[in-house]
Amino acid sequence: MNLHEYQAKEIMRKYGLPVQKGKVATTPEEAEKIAMEYNGPVMVKAQVHTGGRGKAGGVKYAETVDEVKNYSTSILAMKIKNLPVKKVLIAKAVDIKKEYYLAVIMDRDKKFPLVMASREGGMDIEEVAREKPEAITKLWVDPVYGLFPHQAKEITLSLFDGKTLALQSVNIVIALYKLFAECDAQIAEINPLALDGEERLWVTDAKVVLDDNAISKHPEIESLRDPDPGEEKELAAKEAGLSYIPLFGDIGCVVNGAGLAMATMDLIKKYGGEPANFLDIGGSSSPEKVEKALEILLTDRNVRVIFFNIFGGITRCDDVAKGIIQATTKMKIELPMVARLTGTNENKAKKILKGSPIVPVPSMREGAIKAIELSKAG
Amino acid sequence: MSILVDKDTRVCVQGITGRDGSFHTEKMVEYGTKVVCGVTPGKGEKNFLDIPVYDMVKDAVKKEGANTSIIFVPAKFAVDALFEAGDSGVKIVVCISEGIPVLDMSRVLKFYRERGVMLIGPNSPGLISPGKSKVGILPSNIFRKGNIGVISRSGTLTYELVSHITKSGFGESTCIGIGGDPLIGLKFIDGLKLFEEDSETEAILLVGEIGGHDEEDAADFIRDNVSKPVVAFVAGKTAPPGKRMGHAGAIISGGAGTAKEKIEKFESVGIRVASEPEEVGELFKELL
Repeated sequence: MNLHEYQAKEIMRKYGLPVQKGKVATTPEEAEKIAMEYNGPVMVKAQVHTGGRGKAGGVKYAETVDEVKNYSTSILAMKIKNLPVKKVLIAKAVDIKKEYYLAVIMDRDKKFPLVMASREGGMDIEEVAREKPEAITKLWVDPVYGLFPHQAKEITLSLFDGKTLALQSVNIVIALYKLFAECDAQIAEINPLALDGEERLWVTDAKVVLDDNAISKHPEIESLRDPDPGEEKELAAKEAGLSYIPLFGDIGCVVNGAGLAMATMDLIKKYGGEPANFLDIGGSSSPEKVEKALEILLTDRNVRVIFFNIFGGITRCDDVAKGIIQATTKMKIELPMVARLTGTNENKAKKILKGSPIVPVPSMREGAIKAIELSKAG
Repeated sequence: MSILVDKDTRVCVQGITGRDGSFHTEKMVEYGTKVVCGVTPGKGEKNFLDIPVYDMVKDAVKKEGANTSIIFVPAKFAVDALFEAGDSGVKIVVCISEGIPVLDMSRVLKFYRERGVMLIGPNSPGLISPGKSKVGILPSNIFRKGNIGVISRSGTLTYELVSHITKSGFGESTCIGIGGDPLIGLKFIDGLKLFEEDSETEAILLVGEIGGHDEEDAADFIRDNVSKPVVAFVAGKTAPPGKRMGHAGAIISGGAGTAKEKIEKFESVGIRVASEPEEVGELFKELL
């Protein structure tokens, strides 16, 4: 789950990290009020779940209250990478002398949390990793013991030339790791960690991504969720035990299993069609789940044909067939449907679908080809 | 031979009286797997299908001589179940449960490494050595005893591919589902090493998907250490970046972990990559 910058900063503030003053506004008037309160130069920053906000013009430096109002007006009317900006963060500007990078992420290979620090702050860290890997200090943390203070010291000594600054900033690394571990984050990143003219450090931009599997451990975090357009459907599907991601094609897919669902999309593409979605109905599927899957699929107006690709194991083909019939009697489905149902109880399924307009196919390949043909007909 | 599970595998089922645990215990017993005990806290001293049930994994393992444990408990209790299994004396633990937080897994994996216990999963369908033993939820009827070792990050996609192996006249030595999570125990490389050493395995099918770079590591490992022919399949060529494709580990992040990169890597070290599931059978016919 992605958080907005202002949410990430609120959490960081709770952990004692030096975040400059800032408040979020949804209207230019609110932004104006905050600016008056701060009385001085501020940053006006678009709050969207994507990078590249600065390049898109969604981050502005404003010296006067009028500027804040003007920038907020234009930024709140913007779309960045197709995401509408609903909120702006008004944050006290920091007189930045130098920018650093500091983050804790989960390293899939070493299977340990990894602290990364660099003097090349303010840049895209993936770019730094490609072009100048030696500029990144990496330190793996034993998740059982957590980050030791001496490890934090190793990080800050590598970041800062001044020993006083290095020793004073040890707590920043410790706090960031603490946040990472206690909130079950996948990424807790400060970029840049800015140094001002008075040798003080500030979190001027922050990113926190939380582990979806851990959200039930932190019920308070659920309230931070701000679904992007289109994501509501994904969340509704999740609630029903389905995994759904809309794409741009016209062949709706209903598949059991994530790997098979991806392979089905790939196959459609291979034979010249375009999948409308990824949809995994999961392992133990009841007819009701299949019905729900169809309901979600049909909200996509681009869908011209529906392709069921079921390899029955724990999922029983007759349950899927029942779900299809239930859905067609309840909702008026006029779209053509192609069904490849194999494995557990496939003969029962065939009987259930007999006489219905659903086109049975013997294999995944033939199913994909048939679905493409139907998507292009009429 | 075969790897990891065979006739000598003695299984303990954690969560044996639960919905999934009871269903699959029955299926495993039907297949001939030696399920020697089960655990459900609070239901100790009872039996399920004549299998003794215990409150603690340690007691079950000690009294019934289990050497492998399989976990079917809800995500909320799975971390405790994993630590308990790792501490019980079994050598192999198979975790079917999914939805376990990554940081918890990081701790569990350290615990297992320190004790020399092998973990398969989490979010795994388990594994099967056809004709010998099944420790998992894979549908038994699609497998046939044979000489192809299968290792996969997926469930149903593996079944689809195995059905093409079987249809082409081949069979499987062992089929392992390593799980779809970002942090897992046994990885491609570990499985490949075992298949290379196994006298019954003559060729290997590796089934990868988007996310991470275990496939790339596997390709390097195969180039340097595997003499047996390998066929690969990678799912997710059409997956959009930044979206989790069902499996927690299946995500293209920061432009890395794409199917294209993985396929190119396999091909660069001379591994044949099937462009669709049906081609897997055809490729093995060419290679064997």
